[in-house]
Order: sequence, then structure tokens, then C-alpha cells
Amino acid sequence: MSKLVMNRRKLIRTLGIGGATALAAPSFFTRGAWAQQFCNSPEVSGKIIFGFNVPQTGSYAEEGMEQLNGYMLAVKHINGEGDGGLLNTLKPVALKGNGVLGRKVEFVTGDTQTNTDAARDGARRMIERDGAVMVTGSVTSGEAIAQQSLAQEMGVIYMSGLTHSNDTTGKDKRRYGFRHFFMAHQSGIAIAPFLAQEYGTDRRAYHLTADYTWGWTQEESIKAATEALGWETVATIRTPLGLGDYSQYLTPVLNSGADVLILNHYGHDMVNSLPQAVQFGLRDRQANGKNFEIVVPMFSELMAVGAGDAVRGIIGTSNWQWSLEDEGTKAFTKSYGEAYGAPPSQSAHTGYVQAILYADAVERAGTFYPPEVIKALEGFEFDGMGNGPTLYRAEDHQCMKEVLVVRGNENPASRFEVLDVIGKTPREEVTYDPAIFGGELGPYEPNQCA
Amino acid sequence: MNTLIRQSGLSRLFDLSRRDVITLLIFAAVVLTMPIWLAPLGAAYPGLMQKFAIYAIFAIGFNILFGLTGYLSFGHAAFLGVGSYTAVWSFKLLTMDILPAILFAIVVSGVFALVIGYFSLRRSGIYFSILTLAFAQMCYSLAYSVLTPITQGETGLLVARGDPRVLDTMLGVQAQTGGVPQPSMLGTTITGYTGFYVCAVVLILAFYVSQKIFASPFGMALRGIKSNQTRMVYTGFNTKPYMLAAFVISGMFAGLAGGLLAATDPIAGAERMRWTESGNVVLMTILGGVGTVIGPVIGAWVIKYFENIFSAINTGTLNEWFAFLPDGLQGVFVTVLSKFVGEGWHLTLGLLFVLIVVFLPGGLLEGSQRLAARFRRKKQPQRRELRQMEAGE
Repeated sequence: MSKLVMNRRKLIRTLGIGGATALAAPSFFTRGAWAQQFCNSPEVSGKIIFGFNVPQTGSYAEEGMEQLNGYMLAVKHINGEGDGGLLNTLKPVALKGNGVLGRKVEFVTGDTQTNTDAARDGARRMIERDGAVMVTGSVTSGEAIAQQSLAQEMGVIYMSGLTHSNDTTGKDKRRYGFRHFFMAHQSGIAIAPFLAQEYGTDRRAYHLTADYTWGWTQEESIKAATEALGWETVATIRTPLGLGDYSQYLTPVLNSGADVLILNHYGHDMVNSLPQAVQFGLRDRQANGKNFEIVVPMFSELMAVGAGDAVRGIIGTSNWQWSLEDEGTKAFTKSYGEAYGAPPSQSAHTGYVQAILYADAVERAGTFYPPEVIKALEGFEFDGMGNGPTLYRAEDHQCMKEVLVVRGNENPASRFEVLDVIGKTPREEVTYDPAIFGGELGPYEPNQCA
Repeated sequence: MNTLIRQSGLSRLFDLSRRDVITLLIFAAVVLTMPIWLAPLGAAYPGLMQKFAIYAIFAIGFNILFGLTGYLSFGHAAFLGVGSYTAVWSFKLLTMDILPAILFAIVVSGVFALVIGYFSLRRSGIYFSILTLAFAQMCYSLAYSVLTPITQGETGLLVARGDPRVLDTMLGVQAQTGGVPQPSMLGTTITGYTGFYVCAVVLILAFYVSQKIFASPFGMALRGIKSNQTRMVYTGFNTKPYMLAAFVISGMFAGLAGGLLAATDPIAGAERMRWTESGNVVLMTILGGVGTVIGPVIGAWVIKYFENIFSAINTGTLNEWFAFLPDGLQGVFVTVLSKFVGEGWHLTLGLLFVLIVVFLPGGLLEGSQRLAARFRRKKQPQRRELRQMEAGE
């Protein structure tokens, strides 16, 4: 009896191992075939596929869907449909409106669920199953960093969407990752002169910071910038992410001797914390003989809409705003408005621009081979995308461009006019030394995807 | 004589009933042929198949606790996360080889389970669930905000080129030229299909261990606890150590799954430990069939399939599928169906879950058994039915 059982076990084992080798064999052969090429080369597959990976569910779904709209519009314009959008204003431009290298672009979509694991799963699906030659999209820095490191492993270029943390092009930068969006450090530099002008140089600031990587980098950057103005930092308090009720954090602000509250919150956190701070009567208060003020360093239209009346008069920074007067912005707002019936948000804008910039870089490089495309993007100087003259810096793959300082509109005429641009901090001022954040880009040579 | 006894004892350790052996064989065949039968379903790519295998292990482990003892843990994702972090730290500090990484992942998550289980198991029912949930949320917050030097918070713990990797440097194993080093097993890089087959073999082993536990006296004792713990205590049975053992084994399975997640994709993020992930494994188990050996595996596959494939279907793909229909009809189909795919995949999954809980309390497995029974009834007793019908007339 026992002998028979042992045999069965052996049988299972042999079957298992045999099966594994038999099934693994074809994949080894295909890998050999790929060796001459890079991952998902359109020259081999005959298809150009972009992967748009954004949160469609979860806390940032709204911004994600906006971004997806931006991407789909970009594909239309690259393929020569619609009015061409920013292809008419981008200078220099290599795209001709007939697809990329003469071939039409297709796309696949995915849901990151505002979750880094899901974002990586989605990106892997796009690369391994759908054959995406480029992946793009994110609404949090966690998603962006996770996808960008995957991109480096797979040898597929990743263009990040909305990500504001210093780490994305700082300590976690990658050769295969590119960021058009601005970052916390630049927010700090940009907002400081306006804070000095509006509120003076003798202020005492109290920080409430969302307790995760992005929150800390922003707190650090804003603290450094305001202290350089002569402000004093009374306290920096960390609040848990996704909190609904901030009253326990707002009460101590009243008696802290501070006269400015800085909210390093984003998304739902800000939509909750700002109205609660206003309802607390903070803005009607006097402290140290001055009016009490609230600052939200990182602003977006969608958040401003969510926070309602509370945003009126609040100062913050923004990557882009549809009401700007330059040609690029006008062209994009027009195309987007015609397609979706509402002005675009900065999330849609950065997504759109990233897709166009990648396609343009391929056109200029004359190939999809990633190292060549990366070199075409590195150090690329362009204009006409709504942010003024812009440089894709080679050292850290961060776009250097002007940063907008915005204020919540006191008398909005429509629900889209929630933010007023009160100033632009020029590119020279927000340019910083890439070495301060460390990190390394890694090699150009692409890895093969299995 | 002595050796004979020992031999038979040893063989009994690996012994399975004929039925279980057949199940195991079929299961192994199904798992190893995934690249073939998943292809028409659009899921035959290594990234997802690895997840299928790994989350099946997670669900199998969870079922050892929930299915056998009836204790509903709402914090199992914590062990998954602990396993992942441990594995990535092993990649960073010791070696890129996955064997020590997975071993450490199992051990460390086992220790976590021992501590959390020791406290949580002092209560039962809903209180036990709440306690495990509280512990898991604590782990999540620690990983997300407090212990960031260890976990890197939101960004996730990544492997870097400059990490020490003491064992690798000692053995003179060179990191791959240029790029970030990739996990390997005894020199073979674990990517793509290789990664999947490693996970698949581990899954089959895990399935076998689960079968053994279900068939053992230990499993019987756990079932006894589920049906009536008080009676077990009155018969002079100390249930505490059994419960704790089940909890730790289940936590170790989760740690194994977490270790494999890190081995196939060397990143560990705090989101893996969120309560939604703990909820997910409960859903997997219930969807597939609680207390059965194979049910949780099916549940895990269905949920992962929805999450990855359904969420990727957009109106463009739907239009392609229904292109054969006349234009008006195509529009109607696409508009209606698009609400259930893409960003609406949660809705479809929710509906499926409600239908299963209401109509098939035993999960998808019960569904398939009923279906099989119906077919069998149709085939064999046809003649009798015929006769009955005749008699009735």
C-alpha cells in the first residue's frame, strides 16, 4: 500500500516538472526571437499602442478620468483627427498629424484604483499582453514612482501624469521615467514672493500635513521657502490620510500663536480640511494683530470645486490653468471644450502634453528604440504647450517651466472659474540644482520583456 | 522492523486519499496549463498569471482559518504586507536569490501572526474580527507613515543598485550590468514565464499542504471548533493552541504569498496591507466556496480576473466586439455594457457577489456541483424518469 502511494507522489512530481519544462520551452524560444529587438517594438508588431493607466475608481477617480480624456484627445490629434490641437502651436514640432512615423496610434486603458499595486498590475498587462510601447498616467506620486521603476525593469518608456512629490524626479528618478508636471520644491519657490507680498515677511506659520511621502516633501519645501522670507514655523503637525473630521487638529491652531495655517493636503484631504478650517472661523480671526490667513500650496480646479466657497481668496500654486492667454492654452481649451463640453483641468493638460511630447520625440528620433527616444526627450527645449518656454531637463527628466500662483476666485461667474491666476514665477527662478535630491537615472539599454 | 515502522510513518505523512490525489493531479494540470486555457480569456500574460497563483495561495491560507474554524479574520492583508517587506529587505540586505527571501517572509509573518493571534483569539465572533481589523490597520498606518525608514511609506520599498546585499558580494555574484538587479533563483532570473512557473509550483505545494490539513486530525479538531466550541471544551479539549496554530499557519501562507509578490515584482507598498485588501480575500473565499479546498482558489482567480481584465475593457473594445451588429443595435449594446466594464467593474463584481451569496451560499463551487449533479441526473435516470412519466400518464 505504502509503495503505491509513494509511486503516486513520484508520478505527480514527474508530471509537474515535466509539464513545467514543456510549457516553459516555447517562452524561452520567443525570448530568443525578441533578443534582436526591444520590448513591444512597433516595427515587429505593426501596431503602435499607448497604455493609458489612470485611476478610474477610488479617491482620485475624477482627476483620473479627466486625464484619460486628455490622452484620448492627444491620440486623436496625433492621428490627424479633430482640429489638431496643440500640434499647431508646439514649436519645434516634428509630428505631421498622420500618426507616429506614418502609422496610426492605438491605445489601451487601465484602472490603477489609486493603488500602487494595481497601477503596476495594469502597466504589466499593457506591456505583456497588449504590447504597449509607452505607458503613461498617474494621479498620485506613489503610482508614478511604482510604474516608473517597472518601466525601467521592462525597458518601456513611462510618461508620468499628475505627480507633485520631489521624489519622482528626485531620489526615485529613472532613465525611463519623465515628468512634465511641476513639483513641491518648485511650489515652495514660486509661492514665497507672493506670500511675502500679500501677507508680509513677519508671520508665524502652522502646518497641517498629510502624513505620507508627498505631504512631507511639500511641507519641507514650503517650510524652507517661507523661513527664507523671515517667517517662523510654529508647528508642523501630521494628519492621517483620508481623515473626515479635522476639528481635533484645528482646535490647537487657535491658541498656538500662529497667524497663517498652511494645509499640505491634496484631493479629498484638502476638500475636507479647508472648508472645516473656514467654518472654524479661522479666516475671521485676528492673531498677532494681523488677519489670520490660510494657504494651500498645491491647488487643482477639481479640488477647488469640491471645497466650494471655502477656496475664495486662498492662495496656492498650479501647473496650468485653462484661462491663460497664450496660444497653446487657447488651442487646448478650445479642442477639449468641443470634445467634452467643459474646460480642461491641469490633470487633463499634463496627460495630453505628455502623450504629444512622447510621440513628437519618436518622430524626431525616427525610431521607437527607447534609448534614442529618451535622448530625443532629454534636453528638449520647446514652446507653445501652454506653459511658456519649457525644457525637459536631461539630468533628472523634470520639465523646467514657469509655475502659476493662483487664488480662489472671490466672485466666480461660472462653476469653472474657481481659480484666478495672480502671477507666474518665471522658469529661471524655479530652476534648481538636480543634485540636491540625489538618486540616479540608471542605464539607457533596454531590458527585454519576457 | 524499526525502519519499517518509520517508513510507513513517513509515507503516511505524505499519504492522501485516492480522491484527494486525483483532485491534486487535476489541480496541478489546470494550474500548469494556465498559459493555454487562459489565452482565449485574454489573461494569458505572465503578470496576471503570477497574481492568479499568488492570490490563490493567499486565499488557500485564509481558508484554513476561516473555512475550518469559522473565525473571520479581517486583517489578513497585514501578513501579506509583512511578507513583502521582509522579502524586499532580504533582496536589499542579503541576496537577490528568492529562496532566503521567501523563507524569511514566511518566518517573519508567522511571528507577526503569533503575536496578533495571541491577543485576537482571546475573543471570538465579531470581536475577533474587529481586533484583527484593528491590528491590520495599525500595521498599515505604521507602514504608511510611522516606520517610513523601513517601509518608504507611499512610495513603496524598492530595490536599488547600491544596496549592500552581503551574501551576493560574499559569493562574488555580480549585479547585472547597469540596471537594477532582478530577483533570481539559483542563478535563473525570475521574470515573466519563469516567475509564473515558480509561483505555480509553490501554489500546487500549498494546495497539497491544505489538503493534508483538511484531512488530518488537526483539521478535524478545527472543524469541531467551528461547529461547537463549547462542546469541544466540555469534552476536555483545549481549543486555544489549535486556534492559534491555525491562525499562525494561515498567516504564514499569507506571508508566503507576500514573499512571492515581492519575488516576481520587487516592490513592497503599504497599500497591500489596507483593509480593502483584507476584505478582498474574504470575498475571494466566499465567492469560491468557504471551507472547501478548491473554492478559495476559484474565488481568487475570478476576482483578479475582474480587477485586471474587466477594468481594461473600454468603449473602443466594446465597439470592436459588437461591430457585427447593425449600427443602432451596436450603440445600444455598447452604451449599456460600458456601464459594467471599465470603471464599472466594481459594479459587475458586486452584482455577482450578491447573486452568489443569495442563490449559491456555497460559492461558485456549489454552483458547479449543482450543475454537474443536474447533468448526471439527466444522463443516468433518464429511463426512470421516462417510466415515471409514463406511469403518471
